[in-house]
Amino acid sequence: MIVADKKPIEEIIEEIKNHEKILILGCNECVTVCEAGGKKEVGVMASALRMYFLNQGQEVKIDEKTLERQCDHEYLEEIRDVMDQYDAVVSLACGVGVQFMAEKYHTTPIYPGVNTCFLGVTEERGVWTERCQACGECILARTGGICPVSRCAKRLLNGPCGGATKGKCEINKELDCAWQLIIDRLKALGKMDDYEKITPIKDWSTERAGGPRKVVREDVQQ
Amino acid sequence: MRLQYPSDIKIIFVPCTGKVDVLHILRAFEKGADGVCVVGCLEGDCHFISGNFRARKRVEQVQKILDTIGIGGERAQMYNLSSGEGPRFAQFAIEMDERIRKLGPNPMKLAKKKAA
Ligand code: SF4
Ligand code: SF4
Repeated sequence: MIVADKKPIEEIIEEIKNHEKILILGCNECVTVCEAGGKKEVGVMASALRMYFLNQGQEVKIDEKTLERQCDHEYLEEIRDVMDQYDAVVSLACGVGVQFMAEKYHTTPIYPGVNTCFLGVTEERGVWTERCQACGECILARTGGICPVSRCAKRLLNGPCGGATKGKCEINKELDCAWQLIIDRLKALGKMDDYEKITPIKDWSTERAGGPRKVVREDVQQ
Repeated sequence: MRLQYPSDIKIIFVPCTGKVDVLHILRAFEKGADGVCVVGCLEGDCHFISGNFRARKRVEQVQKILDTIGIGGERAQMYNLSSGEGPRFAQFAIEMDERIRKLGPNPMKLAKKKAA
């Protein structure tokens, strides 16, 4: 999922302080799971903002709504008939949702309510870690299912580097060396032969280096 | 045991303080509560293992939010006692009552009146 983190309320207040009718818009998927932008977080933020503005003597209407997703037309359409009631929206979806909202409702300012961090997993409640950088050409088949692009600080494809100590990365002693993990895993799989194979230069044009990306699937297009 | 505690404290029963969410406490303030205290079992004695620790963290979150929005974090408090400690409950209630009286009414009430 896409992992996001909450933005401080002070920052949100700064973004919206000149508006009078504001919709706080959550998303029911990734940001709900990482407890940054689901229905509950929408409720907490809306309640805090209502109290803040009332206490400031500012008359501001703050409403709450949470959509199934904010990265699909069909769900964003659900609020079309109420959008004229608002002069700003704070979207608690990831950056994808914020932008899709802004594209769809381009005369209403849409403000981000979370910081979008990475594609990752819930290791335990309250701890999320990165797993994938969406490089566009997955090499996990060769690396024992552990991604050096996202988990090796240097993104080495033929690692490890000389800096790994006791299985930890040199940039941070708490961080596992991705290549140590890969080697351990390949050993467990009895596939150490794979480790001996040199990975050729990766085609980075499918990654962000090639500019914004697009996937077109004619087979499923209508 | 008949114990005296300030009469303007409204008690809301929950199965475990772990049930109390940040949102519940904020809503109470939004509706005009002058203070909210969450009273849980003693730390280490939670029937659901960590409900009271969770509650404490949530109260701390609420305190931060209340400070940020100018309502005052001290208005939310967490207390712990065992279920047999009636007198301690009364003592906490008195303490909370005194604390809130010192702070004065929830600024929300005044603001709501002004806005009306
Ligand atoms: S808008 Fe973002 S957070 Fe919401 S479902 Fe889509 S990708 Fe996930
Ligand atoms: S190789 Fe690329 S697509 Fe595969 S997990 Fe790593 S970053 Fe993601």
